[in-house]
Amino acid sequence: MAEKIMKPEEMANVNHTPPLLSGWMHRPVEIKSGIYCYPAKPASLEYVSFPHAREWSPMDEDWKLPPNWKEIILEGLRERLERFRSLKIFMDICVRCGACADKCHFFIGGGDPRNMPVLRAELLRSVYRKEFTTAGKLMGEIAGARELTVDVLKEWWYYFFQCTECRRCSLFCPYGIDTAEITIVARELLNLLGLNIDWIATPVANCYRTGNHLGIQPHAFKDMIDFFLDDIEDITGIRMEPSLNRKGAEILFVTPSGDVFADPGTYTCMGYIILFHYLQSLGFDLTWSTFASEGGNFGYFTSHEMAKRLNAKMYAEAKRLGVKWILGGECGHMWRVINQYMDTFNGPADFLEEPVSPITGTKFENAKTTKMVHITEFTADLIKNNKLKLDASRNDNLKVTFHDSCNPARAMGLLEEPRYIIRNTCNHFYEMPDNTIREQTFCCGSGAGLNAGENMELRLRGGLPRANAVKYVHEKFGVNMLSCVCAIDRAVFPALMEYWVPEVGVTGVHELVGNALILEGEKKRETNLRGEPLPGMEEEKDV
Amino acid sequence: MYDGGKIITGLVIGVGLLLFPVFYNAGKAAKAPERVLTEKAKAAQKCVEPISFMKTEHMKMLDEWRQQVVRDDVRYYKSTSGKEYYKGLQTTCLDCHSNKSKFCDQCHDYVGVDPYCWDCHIEPKENQ
Amino acid sequence: MNFIFSIVLSSVVVLILVLIPWIGVGALKLDTLFGIIIPYIALFVFFAGIIGRVIGWARSPVPFRIPTTAGQQWSLPWIRRSPLENPKSTAGVVGRMIFEVLTFRSLFRNTKLQFRSGFRIGYEWEKWLWLFALAFHYSFLVVLIRHLRFFTEPIPGFVNLIEQLDGLMQTGVAPVEGFMLPSVMISGFVLLGAVTLLVLRRILIPQVNYVSLPGDYFPLFLITAIGLTGVLMRYVLKVDIVSVKELTMGLVTFRPSIPYEIGVLFYIHLFLVSVLIAYIPFSKITHMAGVFLSPTRNLSNNSRFVRHINPWSYPVPVHTYDEYEEEFRDKMIAVGLPVEKMPEEEAGSAEEEKE
Repeated sequence: MAEKIMKPEEMANVNHTPPLLSGWMHRPVEIKSGIYCYPAKPASLEYVSFPHAREWSPMDEDWKLPPNWKEIILEGLRERLERFRSLKIFMDICVRCGACADKCHFFIGGGDPRNMPVLRAELLRSVYRKEFTTAGKLMGEIAGARELTVDVLKEWWYYFFQCTECRRCSLFCPYGIDTAEITIVARELLNLLGLNIDWIATPVANCYRTGNHLGIQPHAFKDMIDFFLDDIEDITGIRMEPSLNRKGAEILFVTPSGDVFADPGTYTCMGYIILFHYLQSLGFDLTWSTFASEGGNFGYFTSHEMAKRLNAKMYAEAKRLGVKWILGGECGHMWRVINQYMDTFNGPADFLEEPVSPITGTKFENAKTTKMVHITEFTADLIKNNKLKLDASRNDNLKVTFHDSCNPARAMGLLEEPRYIIRNTCNHFYEMPDNTIREQTFCCGSGAGLNAGENMELRLRGGLPRANAVKYVHEKFGVNMLSCVCAIDRAVFPALMEYWVPEVGVTGVHELVGNALILEGEKKRETNLRGEPLPGMEEEKDV
Repeated sequence: MYDGGKIITGLVIGVGLLLFPVFYNAGKAAKAPERVLTEKAKAAQKCVEPISFMKTEHMKMLDEWRQQVVRDDVRYYKSTSGKEYYKGLQTTCLDCHSNKSKFCDQCHDYVGVDPYCWDCHIEPKENQ
Repeated sequence: MNFIFSIVLSSVVVLILVLIPWIGVGALKLDTLFGIIIPYIALFVFFAGIIGRVIGWARSPVPFRIPTTAGQQWSLPWIRRSPLENPKSTAGVVGRMIFEVLTFRSLFRNTKLQFRSGFRIGYEWEKWLWLFALAFHYSFLVVLIRHLRFFTEPIPGFVNLIEQLDGLMQTGVAPVEGFMLPSVMISGFVLLGAVTLLVLRRILIPQVNYVSLPGDYFPLFLITAIGLTGVLMRYVLKVDIVSVKELTMGLVTFRPSIPYEIGVLFYIHLFLVSVLIAYIPFSKITHMAGVFLSPTRNLSNNSRFVRHINPWSYPVPVHTYDEYEEEFRDKMIAVGLPVEKMPEEEAGSAEEEKE
């Protein structure tokens, strides 16, 4: 954590006017603490065989770059231009209309002009022009071209780790130029020189080794689940028996490890366990896995290759266990990877079957080849078919709003499913203003591997637009709970809310389900999954 | 995935649209029409103003004439040559250029101009 | 390099571009060079350039299916999906692209940040960019189509029709005697107006100002100059358009000839257009072709039910389950997690325990 964080009023005082008389091309990058993340530990990079692992500090003048660093970058860029049409097109066709400029949460909350998506892209584009276009070679700066220097490289590192790949800019761009795509490539290039951040590199190494970002080893994973079972037994009176690594189950469940690890994700995890237990008597046959114990994919914040390496685990484990299909938990970028990359990366999953809900018989035709279903699709189908007995009044103490996570919204279109579940499990649901939800949703400010502690100022600034919208419904409707379908959201929103809108809590959608679900043979519930008294039970509990 | 077929198709359509005039005119000589003068016009030798002026400014002159005659009752035009002319499309212009289809329409059609002179004026009957 | 430099530089270049044909035709009588050779070179550069550019893009594959989804996906049958904002099939993509290309759908979404102190952030109605862009592109298109009258013989009906519609407003002698004759072409003035607004917006909005390059001002200034010379020719310093058409028809029928005396203004106009045409493939104006190839817009969101192939996909090193179990086997056994391979001694003892 940064030692001192300024007051909200001070932080919210942002100037959005860039210094117009001095251009941006030669302004040296000023690396500020509170904004940047610590560099990757060499051991983490080495574990996944990444090059040029070393101790270095962004604050030092000398970043200990390999002598041929420039060649490496330019060769890497050339290779990627040949591999990604998106990159080529996005390098060529931007007209700098500025529609994206005020759409980025980091620019809104921070005012740094190089956080305008167009300028973030120009950081790379200027070098592209210099090296790969005739105009840039001949006319240099006049054509918007810039030599690749160490300063430019530092600027890249600083700013491409200030983009959460949320794609909000891409939505507003008349040509669909997607800064996420540019950031992904830029980070790939930086990784060629060992310039990753530790908050990404270490989870990647962990995930590679233990199956999850947090490095939870199999026995510990089981302990954590057992711990939830104790809690659930206290609350419901029922001892549940989820299975781990069980061969021959029909369905494999994969969810981000964050939900196993820290509040309030843990309550969402308990919600899953309760739901699966409820369905068991209806013929539901599911297993968790300690090997594929991570839905998220920090490899995706490193390179396409690393994303593929980590993602491979899901199909591999599904094959080993002999399941029919895979159910995926609530997570943001995990679902971008599953929806847009998984089948291409590691398919075809011809050893699996087309997903069919064993409870309702619904065929999930939209998951026909990937064979992976989102849990809110699954649960929404259950509710629609009246398979769940729900008591929404158990969530009556909550006034809920819903945060669309960037990736499910803009790289999938999962908008109604979670809302349908919320409406059926809560009686008080309020939407935030239109320009801040659904496809126009704002990032939590800490996605794409930026949820470290040392960059807290950046996170709070990036989270300002979202927090501001929460504050709006908090003041207008008394909203006290921010729900979401993303583990990173659940990990970062508590700090964000505490800073900007202190009276609002954070929950996953399946925590709400876990609370509302009426179980066969349960004891009278007095508390919710957090151990807080249910509405109407406050006094009884005191007795 | 390349989608090469789709891109080539798109490119062909795009380039084809841009080259529309080339295809449309292919094989045509498309010569500019010759200005045809009546005997009377030939005999007169010169118009109200020099030919180069008349070529580019006649529409302007006619419009001014209309304005001056109808609104201001100014009926005579003093040419730069010093000669005075009665301002009238039918009485002056068409007196010499009685071959409207050859003298007016040919060029107007060629450059896609559709003047509204004949909304009010009576078209001359040509002997053909 | 700041906006003042960019603006001055772009203006000076456009000014020079005006002077070149002025001197070249007006003083040096290089009619053939400016009337035939340069337009042909420009056209060649344009076609070669744009085809080369598109082929260059096409040579790079689209390895992943990455549409930006702007609406509800197709999932459960009772959930209403957005077929255009989140297409699941080619038909939907075609629809999405039509809206994008013809109505600038994404720009229409634009909002403006209202950042008020005291922690009140709003995103307000902002359709000006969309409106200016739409006015600019459509008036440009109309102007372009109208110009077909110089490039076709006989003139097709739709060209005449568009010209008639465009000239619906007849001002006659107003406002200055004989100024607006023949009938006023609205598109030309809309084009000039829209270009002006786009320039003003680029200068006045600080963020846009900051990111603008000379290459952003130059085409706007060039188009302004083209528009102004066109308007001048039509309404003020008229040229003999029968001769103009003789020249242009010569170009498109590949029988080029220089008619007698057209007037230098025409050659300035023609030269500026030639420069613009030749400039397109090497500038941001390639967006007119690129927008069709943008993978975030032209792909359907179907990669969960139709497999997308990455042509350069290669095998990657992975950490297998066996390696994982090898490392954690003892711990797994200790907590009762099933394992693939029992260590030999323990396998024996485990069985004993069972008994």
